[in-house]
Amino acid sequence: MICTEEISFRIGTFQLQRLSINIAKGEYFILLGPPGSGKTIFLECLCGLKKIDSGRIYIEGQQVTNLEPRARGIGYVPQDYALFPHLSVERNIAFGLRVRGYQHKDSQAKITETAELLDIQGFLSRRIHGLSGGEKQRVALARALVLQPKILLLEEPVCALDEVTRQEVCVQLLDIQRRLGLTTIHVSHNLEEAFTVADRAAILNEGILQQVGPLDELLSKPNSKFVVRFTRHEKNLVCRGNGQERPEPEQPGKGP
Amino acid sequence: MGRVCIYGLAMKTVMDTPVRGWRDRVFLAAAFFFVSVFIIFVLTLIITDVFYVDGKAVTTVLASKFIRHALWMSIWTSCATTLIALLFAVPMGYSLSRFRFPGHILADAIVDLPIVFPPLVAGLTLLVFFSQTSPGRWIQEDLGIEFVFQPKGIVLCQFVAAASFAIRSAKTAFDDVDRRYENVALTLGCTQWGSFRRVCLPLARNGIIAGGILTWSRAFGLFGPLMIFVGSFRGRTEVLSTTIFLEQSVGNLEVALAIALLLIVVALIAVTGIRLVGGSVLVKR
Repeated sequence: MICTEEISFRIGTFQLQRLSINIAKGEYFILLGPPGSGKTIFLECLCGLKKIDSGRIYIEGQQVTNLEPRARGIGYVPQDYALFPHLSVERNIAFGLRVRGYQHKDSQAKITETAELLDIQGFLSRRIHGLSGGEKQRVALARALVLQPKILLLEEPVCALDEVTRQEVCVQLLDIQRRLGLTTIHVSHNLEEAFTVADRAAILNEGILQQVGPLDELLSKPNSKFVVRFTRHEKNLVCRGNGQERPEPEQPGKGP
Repeated sequence: MGRVCIYGLAMKTVMDTPVRGWRDRVFLAAAFFFVSVFIIFVLTLIITDVFYVDGKAVTTVLASKFIRHALWMSIWTSCATTLIALLFAVPMGYSLSRFRFPGHILADAIVDLPIVFPPLVAGLTLLVFFSQTSPGRWIQEDLGIEFVFQPKGIVLCQFVAAASFAIRSAKTAFDDVDRRYENVALTLGCTQWGSFRRVCLPLARNGIIAGGILTWSRAFGLFGPLMIFVGSFRGRTEVLSTTIFLEQSVGNLEVALAIALLLIVVALIAVTGIRLVGGSVLVKR
């Protein structure tokens, strides 16, 4: 479905180095890595928001390397959602439909359908300014999904939410993804999210892909010291995050 | 919420935190001290004018055909200048904000240059360019677009003196629009132009309007370069500011100040009007 062939991109001193990933149709793929590892840049390259220096990108077997973002059939939900503050919730969702010249009646039907899917019918007329984090997240998702993309890219979709909501939203995301059969790439620095949603995961560090595979494999057969450190560190955070008020002292030797 | 734009137009910065304790009071008092000193100072100057002007001067001003003409000249030239300045400011502000090209820092500095030009220098430079250099003479003589001592020259002078404000404000406004909004618009189906028109421009509108107000104000009251480049011919190239100068130079101080009051009133109405209309349309976020 999505295939990148040794894509490289340089910005300042940072470089994405010969990234090759294959993601199957309908797969929920999570891309993990510490902040600054190049996850966002990778997504922007996939969308066509950044022009890669070398390599090729294929979507459904078709090369899209030089295609404009709007022609790639990708739904993109950036971190903090980037909802248009000058438009109402409904107009935000309708944005893509208007741009693509849909008739009012058709677009209204699509908006209603998507709003029901994400349970946001109640605040379609509201302005973006007063929405909570969770509401914004759903609106941003609706804005992308209303265009029925083949691929959904989620950039840290739950990192702005509180711990309790995070888990809940991850389950919802997975549910929606399964129902629509969307190929999804979810970018995160949090291993916990990966446990909830991912079919497969990849770990990225300083622009270099460290390891790709099912989560169990990343945990049981890490192929580098970095992967060991990343998964162990994140696992500790997961333990602390799970409601233990006083984390137990770290025990050497425990973990993957 | 702490973002204040030029002219206070962009966002309301309402003080909605409760005032507690003497430190808060001292802080507020200090802030309002400067607000009141400034406003009282400006009002005092205007009131001084009011007291100096007598009824006869006012009737002279209101009855004079030439002053009405000058008022009309002032209004249309400053409005034309503002429109042309905005026409330049929007694409220039966007380019300077978004694109990094060789020499963009220099280009950015040159935008501000006309603001530091002494008014007389601006007028002299324009006069020398159009009367002494071949490109200038080509424009005037071969193309037949005459600026020197012509109403068109008023607009040109005002543009040189005031366009920088519009460009600078537009650039700042575009700087404030997060690039991610445009990126999302691109993935939703917009072309570059579409994302600019549907997302970037509406979000930068407040700043652009604020720049327009500054430009208009500067153009409306402009005097220095006009005296040199277009002169002040009765009924032709005379605007309110040059009329004031002519009246006071022949000793009609009361009439000069009465015209000044007219200028202030028109400016006050225009600026407050745009702020009220612009503000109410734009600040409902």
